[in-house]
Formats: sequence, C-alpha cells, structure tokens
Amino acid sequence: MREIALHILDIAQNSITAEASRVVIEIDEDKRKDTLTVTITDNGCGMSPDFLQKVTDPFTTKRATRKVGLGIPLFKMAAENTGGSFEINSEIGKGTCVKAVFGYSHIDRQPLGNTAETILGLVTAYENVDFLYKHSVGDKEFVLDTDKLKEILGDVPFSNPDVYLWLSDYISEGENELD
Amino acid sequence: MKSLAELEAIRNKAKANVNLRKDDHAVRIVVGMATCGIAAGARPVMNAIMEEVAKRNLEHVMVTQTGCIGVCRLEPIVEVYIPGEEKVTYVKMDTKKAAEIVSEHIVNGRVVSKYTIGAEQ
Repeated sequence: MREIALHILDIAQNSITAEASRVVIEIDEDKRKDTLTVTITDNGCGMSPDFLQKVTDPFTTKRATRKVGLGIPLFKMAAENTGGSFEINSEIGKGTCVKAVFGYSHIDRQPLGNTAETILGLVTAYENVDFLYKHSVGDKEFVLDTDKLKEILGDVPFSNPDVYLWLSDYISEGENELD
Repeated sequence: MKSLAELEAIRNKAKANVNLRKDDHAVRIVVGMATCGIAAGARPVMNAIMEEVAKRNLEHVMVTQTGCIGVCRLEPIVEVYIPGEEKVTYVKMDTKKAAEIVSEHIVNGRVVSKYTIGAEQ
C-alpha cells in the first residue's frame, strides 16, 4: 500500500464483509502531539476473542479461497513502523474497532493520500451502508454523514449521475479546505 | 463551493425524471477491490468507471465491487457482464483503459480485446 487512504479503504471493506450497517471512519491529524490517528468502527458481526487474537497474523483469514489475509497485518505494520501503535477491539454481535496511530513526522509514515477518492468509492459502492466520516486537521474538520445525505435524497440513489458528480466535488472540496 | 441545497435541487430534478427503476440494470461492471486489487490501483479505476458512467448518463449500467478474483498478479481486474453475452474479464487496468472500456465496450458494443485476460496470457 502506498498511502494510508488505501489502508482505510481496505479495512473498511472488512466492515462491509462483516455485514455492518454503519461504519465510522475518523482521521485525526494532530501536529502538536505529532500523531495521525485513524479509527474505523463498525457495527458488524464482530470477532470471537480467539479469532481476534490471531487476526494480525498474515496467515489468518476468513476467506475460503486461500490461506493468507494481508489487510490488517499491512495496516498494523505501517503504523508500527512510524513509532505508532495499533489495536483492534471486537465483540461478537456488537462490532469491531480498529485504531492505528502513526508518528506524524516520522520519515517512514506513508502519505495520507487521496482520502476523497477512498470515501467516495466506499459511499457509492455500498449504498445500503451508512458511513460517518470525520477528518480533522488541528481545529478544522470535515464531516460527511451519509445518513443526512440520504435524508435529502429520498429514493434518489448515489449512483444517479448528477448526485455522483456532486458528491465527488463535495468531498474533494471538503478535504481541500483542510489544507 | 458545493452545498446541500444544491443536492436538494438535484434530487428534485431526478424525481421529475422519474425513471428510477433501481433494479432494472442490464449491464454490470465489477471491479476487484480486495487488498490485492487496492494495492495494484483498483480505487482510481473504480472511480474512473463511475465517473465515466455518470458523465455519459448510462442509467442501465451498475458498477459494483467484489473481493479477490483469484489472479492477483493481473490486478486491477474489471469484469463486464452484459445479458446474453459471455462475461469479459479485463486485466491490468488503469484509469485511461477503464474509460476506454466504458466508451468502447459498454457504449459501442465492441470488446476491447487487447486488455482482456485472454490477450494477457
């Protein structure tokens, strides 16, 4: 993975696979503490304590087609390589929370990357899932709550061409404002 | 600056157009988006296809994601399903090739053979 935004896309897909109906993605860039924190919380099926213990092992996966699963190990490694930390909490029937803390100014920290594209991709590909996205840089914050958008849209889908293009611009502009 | 008021206007326009039979999609474009696909560049490919479909107003086309298709070395992979035709698998996609597939294959009905898995292997 070349950027943190790709890890986010990858980990959020796990939430979808776990049949989450709501996924909360938070990015907090705190230059004073010199940290970049990514938190992904879902209300999916959760993991048993047993599975949770070995989930950061690349040779653990739920897929039936092969025996490796690299998403979580790669994310963990990316965070730990920057002097940061990584934790997963999960409970069967309640959901899962993945939290990665990166050393903000560490030389090995991957760029955050194109978060707008990640969020746009998730939101439009999984329309039946609600996403809450919060990205804060210092005291500036961009929030996208698909619940609110769906309220406005009624039964008009995100895949409607005009809606899709609006959403694409809306997210990009919101992210650019943070710089 | 985009505003939520604009979104409301879009909704009203879309409602006037009616034609909202959500499940009535004839063509399916599927992008492999597992760890392997994402690492190889599937995200911009997915968004390029979505954008192209939106710009061309192709209401009969549905773009979806799937997990690992099984040939990670050929990612990003895009599959095109058109009813009554054989599935076409495109490999080693990028944004330019993806847009070409929408215009050539979906709109003009010509399979872009040079990007298919058959041409690669």
